[in-house]
Amino acid sequence: MSIDVLINLSQIIMLGLSTLVVMLVIAFRRDHKLTYGLTMAGLAISLLIFLFISPADARQATELLVMDDYSLFFSTLVIISALAVTALSYPYFEGQKSRNEEFYLLLLMATLGGVVLACSQHFVSFFLGMEILSICLYGMIAYTVQQPGAAKFPLEAGIKYLLLSGASSAMILFGIALIYTQTGTLLFSEIPQRLVEAGQGNPIVITGWMMAVAGIAFKLSLVPFHMWTPDVYEGAPVPATTFIATASKAAMVAVVLRLVLASQAYEIDGLLSTVTVLAALSMVVGNLLALLQKNIKRLLAYSSIAHLGYVMIVMVAAGSMASSAAAEAVTYYMAAYVFTTLAGFAVVSALSSSTNEQDQLASYQGLFWQRPWVALPLMIVMLSLAGIPLTMGFIGKFYVIQAGVTGQLWLLLAMLVIGSGIGIFYYLRVVYLLVQSPSGESEQGGLPLAVTATLLLTSGTVVLLGIWPTGLIASLSGLSVF
Amino acid sequence: MILIWLMLILFVGGVAALIAERSNPMLPRVIALGALLLDLGLLLLVLFFPATMGADATNQINIGQDGEWLVLFQADWIPQLGISFIFGADGLSLLLIILTVFLGLMSLGAAWHEITERSGFFYLNLLWTLTGVIGVFSALDLFLFFVFWEVMLVPMYFIIAIWGHENKSYAAMKFFIFTQVSGLLMLVAMLGLVFAHYQTSGALTFNYFALLDGEFTTEVGFWLMLGFFIAFATKLPTVPLHNWLPDAHSQAPTAGSVILAGILLKTGAYGLLRFALGLFPEESAAFAPVAMTLGAISILYTAKVAFAQDDLKRLIAYTSVSHMGFVMLGIYAWNAQSAQGAVMTMLAHGFSAAALFMVAGGLQHRLHTRDMRQMGGLWGVMPKLSFMALFFTVAAVGMPGLGNFIGEFLVLLGSFQRSVTITVFATGGLIVAAIYSLIVIQRAFHGEPKQKYGDVADLSKMEMACYIAMMLGLVWMGLYPQSMLALAESGLMNLGLDMSTGAR
Repeated sequence: MSIDVLINLSQIIMLGLSTLVVMLVIAFRRDHKLTYGLTMAGLAISLLIFLFISPADARQATELLVMDDYSLFFSTLVIISALAVTALSYPYFEGQKSRNEEFYLLLLMATLGGVVLACSQHFVSFFLGMEILSICLYGMIAYTVQQPGAAKFPLEAGIKYLLLSGASSAMILFGIALIYTQTGTLLFSEIPQRLVEAGQGNPIVITGWMMAVAGIAFKLSLVPFHMWTPDVYEGAPVPATTFIATASKAAMVAVVLRLVLASQAYEIDGLLSTVTVLAALSMVVGNLLALLQKNIKRLLAYSSIAHLGYVMIVMVAAGSMASSAAAEAVTYYMAAYVFTTLAGFAVVSALSSSTNEQDQLASYQGLFWQRPWVALPLMIVMLSLAGIPLTMGFIGKFYVIQAGVTGQLWLLLAMLVIGSGIGIFYYLRVVYLLVQSPSGESEQGGLPLAVTATLLLTSGTVVLLGIWPTGLIASLSGLSVF
Repeated sequence: MILIWLMLILFVGGVAALIAERSNPMLPRVIALGALLLDLGLLLLVLFFPATMGADATNQINIGQDGEWLVLFQADWIPQLGISFIFGADGLSLLLIILTVFLGLMSLGAAWHEITERSGFFYLNLLWTLTGVIGVFSALDLFLFFVFWEVMLVPMYFIIAIWGHENKSYAAMKFFIFTQVSGLLMLVAMLGLVFAHYQTSGALTFNYFALLDGEFTTEVGFWLMLGFFIAFATKLPTVPLHNWLPDAHSQAPTAGSVILAGILLKTGAYGLLRFALGLFPEESAAFAPVAMTLGAISILYTAKVAFAQDDLKRLIAYTSVSHMGFVMLGIYAWNAQSAQGAVMTMLAHGFSAAALFMVAGGLQHRLHTRDMRQMGGLWGVMPKLSFMALFFTVAAVGMPGLGNFIGEFLVLLGSFQRSVTITVFATGGLIVAAIYSLIVIQRAFHGEPKQKYGDVADLSKMEMACYIAMMLGLVWMGLYPQSMLALAESGLMNLGLDMSTGAR
């Protein structure tokens, strides 16, 4: 193994190293603040590393992982989410009686899994990354189980996620095995060529792909595989929810897009129509069910279902457009989604603690007049999710529609218009609540610096990159995915 | 550059108003007044000394036809996607921008005493709405246009949702969803157009001038045109997409209604002219019979619905739809007279509807009701306000000598050359208009008082000044329409209308 490979892997190595350090420190000395500081430092260093390894062209680090601009972009996104989640975790858990330190350990490992996913170009690393991520999430979701007065059902949420995620992982694994039996390769980019030899309409390959799609749809929470999402979002402590909503979704989308483009999955019979149905259902059902929610975590859960449906439009269109254009659209969309969602959960987190979660929409009434600097970011988040111009959400939606028009997917575009129309209704309801007269007095507690910073940085990014996306787009154009 | 200044002044003024509220809740309105007056001054400068404006940059550009672009500004925005800042104003845009700033001042007058709570945020929203509208009237990059088109909704939404009346939540939501969904259809059509242009020319651009000579098959063009048409027809609005308007207008505070009726509706008409007709001349010509029929139906149907209203603001809202029917008719009849008439109707309706909403708002402020069943005999109590109501009602009906008459007459004159049947039906609208208008005067201002009014004040000096300004405007339009027609003509020539023969 040459030194080059080590340099390429340095981000992953750094994350592994910080996990070890944090674990050892916890073993010797339980100190919430210290653990928090170490986690922050570890994540910050691995974020900075990317400045040094940013490669001009793709570099392999073993056959399993590839370090190119695309994977770097997504690992950066994952690490930024992890940083934000860490910043939100400290004030959230501080004051809790039971032990908090292991949460950071799980968080670091989950981040590692996410980065592996973003870099993987091989079914083995795909599966490894996915499992590292999910297994840590089980713990994170149920973390507050012994905390009296914590989020309502952390254990229920944890077990639900454990069962469903385990089942879907098994599905994916079975699918991979079926594909492997016919193609004899696990490398994404070798599949198309081997498939020609195996025959295009090979039923075993098609079955394998269908199983993989079903499993992936679980992880991305596409309708009809979405059942777990609202319950898990609601039951988990806010920092864990934030991580599921941002880092884990982004990492999964990253690897799925690479898989689709590299293996030319859109050539497989019936796959495209299946994904079309999933996307259409997600957009409509996700938005419709969000209408009924009175809990902001559940609302954001259904909203994320709809947004992943929008992303699927690009996946469907990927076959009929340049792969770099598809990658550009998806990366921008996911960046928009991640920053917006981070800001949204930062607001929820700013108002909550592990003993008292403020997730009922009614408690947000009049917030704009009482605490404008908390309400304004939430307003920006809602407008961005609704896709109003001058936010990142709009440029993202613009990319999706562009992809849809390029691929001439009129049905999906119609669903997008309908879904967005419904979406505006519940996003604006939140905005409406914020600007109404307050129902009661709210405590004017000051916010911890880290939370304030997260709140302002994420929501500021949503606006800045919405008005002036030139820089980001420049770094995204011409991404090569495989 | 001047267009940027216009928007920047209003934008910064809004922020200043918000901040100023902390020191003194009376200060925001003064700041808003200052910003609008500054804008008006700049506009007058452009109008009377175009040369001074032309000197400072690459300003006066002739493109293709005879019409002149008075001011143009261009800069890169997102070059990778072919998106740039292009602001320009021809005669048409300029007229509408002047209308915007003028009615902005009027709405300020309406809000002056009415808005007492959270005044800083109110004037921020008011000024930002106007900023967005000026952007819509001057953006010549499709993406930029869309951004302004959507962005102007948000502050307007807040105006209705925070300072509106009893049913504000429903009205604000409906207003937003109608415009937003139809706007998304337009976005799809816009991207379809850009994509079609990209395929033939190889250049990815949202530049309006570049897209003017896009090539596509008639069928594709038809669907793209329809996307634009639906968005603009919703905003205009025309039957059957008018549903949001009565709610939004009646629930908004007076200043909001003034801006909605006076200016925001005109963005729909402007869009039809600039984009639906400008980009798709042939498809629009083929579609014209349908659009003209819709216009005629709007005129008759909503006039009849207006007749049945008890809520004064709802009634005026329906008459707005009716008058916008004339605009639709005039735009799609598309000859020299009808197009000029449509522009005149837009301007005149801006004044008359704004004034009528101020009357209704003034009555609500004083009587705490908009229900005409509880009015009656108001002339004796508030002679000045009643006189203004009579004047602007008569103006809206189309009394010769006032602006609305010129507009509607020209529209009918022009559309007669296209379709006699439609024009005959549309003319019927004038009769119904006379009926509902006189009913309003009778029910609200004449007859026996339905309640004890107590001590209600008549118009204040501020209000009188606003009404008189709008009165003078309408009289000017009625007696010397040529001053506006000349400006509009240069704009219409830019859109490819041959003014000499009146042919397409």
